[in-house]
Amino acid sequence: MTTTTSDVATSTRRKRTRSEIEARVFGILKWVSIVFFLVITVFPLVYMIGLSFKPISELLQNPGNFLPSWNDLTSLDTYREVLRPVEDGGQGFFTFIRNSVIVALATMIVTVFLAIFAAYAAARLRFSGRKFVTWVILIVYLFPAVVIAIPLFVLFSRLGIRNSLFGLAIVYVAQTIPVALYMLRSYFQTVPAELEEAALVDGLSRTGVIWRVTIPLAAPAIAAVALYVFMIAWNEFLFALLFLTESRDLWTLPLGVQQLDSTEVPVTLLMAGSVIITVPVVVLFFAAERFLTEGLTAGGVKG
Amino acid sequence: MVTTTERRRKGPTLAQREARLGWGLVLPASLVVLALVLFPLVWNLSMSFQRIRLIDLQNFNFLDFGDVSLNNYERVTSVSDFWSTIRTTVIYAFFGTTLSILLGMWAALVVRKPFRGRSAVRGLMLFPYVAPTIAVTFVWVLMLNPTFGIVNEWLGGLGFEQIDFLNRESFVLNLFGWRISLPLALTTVILFEAWRYFPFAFLFILARLQALPAELDEAARVDGATMVQTFRYVTLPQLRGVLSVLFLLRFIWTFNKFDDIFLLTGGQAGTDVIPVAIVDWLRGRADLGAAAALSIVLALILAVLMFVYFRWFYEEE
Repeated sequence: MTTTTSDVATSTRRKRTRSEIEARVFGILKWVSIVFFLVITVFPLVYMIGLSFKPISELLQNPGNFLPSWNDLTSLDTYREVLRPVEDGGQGFFTFIRNSVIVALATMIVTVFLAIFAAYAAARLRFSGRKFVTWVILIVYLFPAVVIAIPLFVLFSRLGIRNSLFGLAIVYVAQTIPVALYMLRSYFQTVPAELEEAALVDGLSRTGVIWRVTIPLAAPAIAAVALYVFMIAWNEFLFALLFLTESRDLWTLPLGVQQLDSTEVPVTLLMAGSVIITVPVVVLFFAAERFLTEGLTAGGVKG
Repeated sequence: MVTTTERRRKGPTLAQREARLGWGLVLPASLVVLALVLFPLVWNLSMSFQRIRLIDLQNFNFLDFGDVSLNNYERVTSVSDFWSTIRTTVIYAFFGTTLSILLGMWAALVVRKPFRGRSAVRGLMLFPYVAPTIAVTFVWVLMLNPTFGIVNEWLGGLGFEQIDFLNRESFVLNLFGWRISLPLALTTVILFEAWRYFPFAFLFILARLQALPAELDEAARVDGATMVQTFRYVTLPQLRGVLSVLFLLRFIWTFNKFDDIFLLTGGQAGTDVIPVAIVDWLRGRADLGAAAALSIVLALILAVLMFVYFRWFYEEE
């Protein structure tokens, strides 16, 4: 009897010391890990921004120093050159920014508009095609863009819309509808149906309910989805590369940045271009971080 | 009786009206997806059996199903590196996915409990995933540049020779007399993949972790379980669902990822994956039929993977 109690006592004591050691080790490890994650995520950003201000000669002379001097920061030479029109010997980024904004905004507006109604139907209404539609959308959502790129290339070439921002935007709409629909559907499902039923009983039509009740209630989610669609269109590279390579004045920002990756262009300009394309999406994302992260995890968003 | 027939004559029932509205609302989005995703998908199949080159494009007849043949498939599969491309794709997708999930789980466990500055740390950790691919790939290319990249600068400071991480196919590692040949460029793009997509896994795992009932953990603690034991026997089993879904989603998406490898290595130095090879058939060799055939091969592999996903992992809601 006595032996067993003392056995239990020693084993709990051993457990406790093991627990204490683990707690201490993990306490330290936690901070080491935080530092590790901050370094791997923030350092590339700092490096990109730092080099984007530097003249190439400085980088070649001293590759270890990636922090720009005060002079570099205020002269903005690299940015000036990247933004200057091609006619004036620059890289013409203003045109690319304009094209990207047009395509991304158009995609955002059309996709969100179409997806709201489809998502509402998929979340709320009982009809035979509901399950079918949701499945098709889900499969499309998982399917690789590269598989439809070849036929779309041929089709758009024949229709004469391949070399146009319009052609690019409608491809982006088709590519983003599934994501938007999926995210919005899961949101609509969380809106209590009673609210809508009350409005229906009060004599509002279904479309009236969607406009006056559902959309206002879902406004934050809709804003998050819109931002997300904008970001996808802003970042897209494959279709832009296939469709627009020959016509420089139609290039979107990703193509513009890619073209800076050449032996004739100093790499610091490449970094300046990268900063220009990165800043808007990072700012947008962090402005709406909470909504976006919730939306992302709710919809299982592609990337 | 009379009233019901009258009502029926008057118009559709409520259920019919609802169904009609449902179709009406879904139709515009469905038509766009049908025309620009599903139709091309099917048409791609037909193209893969025809001979189409870029120069024939202007005279190409949509409805001409003339010489249907398997030539494209033969051409695509008889290329000497066809099998190595498939192998590379699988290795890339598997290790890229696994590493990004492990890194994401680690990050999620680290920020699980509140501490000062947690939301800032969590926000910053999302950067690799949020930033445009084109920007982060070029930052990596520059950091790894053999002559003036920061990584080689640091390695040089430690007395190592310069290493061209993205353009060197293999690297012999000398570990205490063991000579291990490492596929260097492939390993580097896998590390890039892990770095870029760990925030995605991180978000999902963190969301799941925070939804777990705290009582279970506490109960295990009270019963004398150590932190490792609590994680192993209490937390991890509850993450199984999210981990398996994450793995399949990320595997599928990494499997057909084009941008990252195209921009990092261009598919050189042992990193040629199927999506990059498809675009190469189109742009490099101007052979649309072969590109279509190879994309069908990719789609078939993915269809199998998706079947597995829906059969075993997908749970609605």
